[in-house]
Amino acid sequence: MSKYRKLIVTTALAATLTAGPALAEKLGLGRPALPEEVAAWNLDVSPDGTGLPDGSGSVEEGDALFADYCAVCHGDFAEGVDNWPKLAGGAGTLADKDPLKTVGSYWPYLSTTWDYVHRSMPFGNAQTLAPDEVYAIVAYILYSNDLVEDDFVLSKDNFLDVEMPNKDGFIIDDRESAEAHFWKDEPCMTDCKETVEITMQAAVLDVTPEETKARKVQEMMDATNPANKAGDAEAKTEEPAAADEAAAAEPAAEETASVDPALVAEGEKVFKKCKACHQIGDGAKHRTGPILTGIVGHGAGVAEGFKYSKDMAQAGQDGLIWTEEELAAFLTKPKAYMKKTKMSFAGLKKEDDVQAVIAYLKSFN
Amino acid sequence: MSDSSNAKSPSRRQFLTGAAAAGAGAVAAGAARGATADPLITEVQSWASGTGEGVDATPYGMPIRFETDVRRRNVEWLTADTISSINFTPIHALDGTITPQGCAFERHHSGAIEMRKQDYRLMINGLVDTPLVFTYEDLERFPRENRVYFCECAANTGMEWAGAQLNGAQFTHGMIHNMEYSGVSLRTLLEEAGLDAAGDLKDKWVYVEGADASSNGRSIPMEKALDDVLVAFKANGEALRKEHGYPVRLVVPGWEGNMWVKWLRRIEVTDQPVQSREETSKYTDTLANGTSRKWTWAMDAKSVVTSPSPQAPIKHGNGPLVITGLAWSGRGAIKRVDVSKDGGTTWETARLAAPGEKMALTRFYLDTEWNGEEMLLQSRAMDETGYVQPTKAELRDVRGENSIYHNNCIQTWWVKPNGEAENVEVS
Repeated sequence: MSKYRKLIVTTALAATLTAGPALAEKLGLGRPALPEEVAAWNLDVSPDGTGLPDGSGSVEEGDALFADYCAVCHGDFAEGVDNWPKLAGGAGTLADKDPLKTVGSYWPYLSTTWDYVHRSMPFGNAQTLAPDEVYAIVAYILYSNDLVEDDFVLSKDNFLDVEMPNKDGFIIDDRESAEAHFWKDEPCMTDCKETVEITMQAAVLDVTPEETKARKVQEMMDATNPANKAGDAEAKTEEPAAADEAAAAEPAAEETASVDPALVAEGEKVFKKCKACHQIGDGAKHRTGPILTGIVGHGAGVAEGFKYSKDMAQAGQDGLIWTEEELAAFLTKPKAYMKKTKMSFAGLKKEDDVQAVIAYLKSFN
Repeated sequence: MSDSSNAKSPSRRQFLTGAAAAGAGAVAAGAARGATADPLITEVQSWASGTGEGVDATPYGMPIRFETDVRRRNVEWLTADTISSINFTPIHALDGTITPQGCAFERHHSGAIEMRKQDYRLMINGLVDTPLVFTYEDLERFPRENRVYFCECAANTGMEWAGAQLNGAQFTHGMIHNMEYSGVSLRTLLEEAGLDAAGDLKDKWVYVEGADASSNGRSIPMEKALDDVLVAFKANGEALRKEHGYPVRLVVPGWEGNMWVKWLRRIEVTDQPVQSREETSKYTDTLANGTSRKWTWAMDAKSVVTSPSPQAPIKHGNGPLVITGLAWSGRGAIKRVDVSKDGGTTWETARLAAPGEKMALTRFYLDTEWNGEEMLLQSRAMDETGYVQPTKAELRDVRGENSIYHNNCIQTWWVKPNGEAENVEVS
């Protein structure tokens, strides 16, 4: 059976590869890509360094950048926050019951890390890092995995010198040989086992999400066919609109007086750290964190449709208002301010950053 | 009245109610035979007297409200954020083989982006005679193909490696959908750019990349790229949904879903695989000894009974029972499906609703009799290459428990006398 299969594959391969270009009949569609267009998109980096731009970055620089851009999800030491990926550790665990796969313990090529950080990170603000910043962050990730010293500087020149511990840990798909016994001429049909016993039950574990709750069905039904609840639906859409107007009208006058555009611009930069989890302004939605539009001076823990930590919800019920003072305290050290907040952000170390980001938040009130 | 009972979801509590109803089956059957006249027949119902909705009440229709529980669901604890996550097709509630787009599973790495057709650009670069840029309109001017293919995430059933975990076919096997795609063959587009510059095609690759912030990219060997890969812009006759890559996605028949790049923006001919994140750190299968398989692109033959199953218990009484499910293989057409009611001791061959098609879902039925006996229900797929879907034990013998991906084991549902079913493992 296996031989037969290979025969098919080989014949098909020969046919597709040779027939290709000879048959090509061009339709003259599309237009030539300009060199600068190719340069803008052709960013992938291969294991041999193809595609790496010039540049360099140190572990030290990477440490600061990582704290700013990456630590919110990956932790200050690349150890991972909540369910977000751990980037460091796990050496020697690949054959364990629960292997820890990180850049250090698993990734076979350094180019993959560089390429991924460059094109896909930071989450929610991808493709904004300059090559030198990427070199620095990658250097810091290597350092977090004890693969380089703290004075290490990664550059295009020494890139291929870095040894990845698991570079030889992969084999090419060998199912057709290692699992050749799954190709059976005729599987067993009767008396295939002497006894059958149940050895494990999903219900015992109980990790399956609950099926639709009645409330959710109702929500879905309303969304699907508003006619079902025409009266209610109308009332609902009118209410927030009116509230919005009121909110917009009132603080506007006060706003223009107190806003310092330079500080707001500074705050917008600081807000990049928040962007992975929070949205603000028109069309903002709840993400990992709640919408922040109008948050300054607003009650805590009460944004509709967001699941707060118990503590935050309780604080809101107890009447906590996000005055500038309260926000400043929270943003400086979130966990110190509220031990069980879901916000995994480590905090803004600089007082200036705190003031700037609050000014930026206020600009949306 | 029938509205409210139908609209309710099959919650766990309801399974029990359903069970009670099944117990009362004999009585109900008696009623239907005419002991008491059925008011649904003898009394004029509102729908038989008044009028319904006019045309255009819903210019683009959604399923009737009694079917709102047939929808995608996610498993919150699996991922850190829904922006980079997956949900599951309600396969337990569907029949036939085509998955409606609206309930076909989603997998995003950076969220489902919104891109207009007029903003769409597709670039072909690398080892081609002329690097080209296509607009959406350009793509529509190439000769088109229509093909039905399944798309299965490599992680489908991945939560079940270490044991029976999720209680429902939707959760254990729902990272799959099957659609009819309309599009242009990748070969046609590569030939338009010209492959003479690539020289010998045997050791060449095609790197495909999406336009979203995740830049999801995969390397595909040239042999596959020139064989059956499609650049698709329609599914089931209409535009792709946003969550499936509108306006253009790649279709890589039989191969793991991660390679079906959504919002396809670039195709690069290369002389080596890029070894991107999704083909090294993810979508590689770690064996028991810590070594990992890479380039495990083809999805092995697999099947599952979709009903009865934990989310689709038997609610009727004794007598005729339709056992049904889905089978598929990334290596070709499904040739045969066997069903066992006793945990794999004896097997009977199921009826295929239609002959298996290459790399597409095949629906199977076993029209049988059930009289309240316990069943350990299994299905076993065989494809045209002679591959037989293995048991979980057979798979673990080769692959260990840390593979995450490519779990195509035989699934067992324990159907109890009350008709309720549970995900179990058997010896």
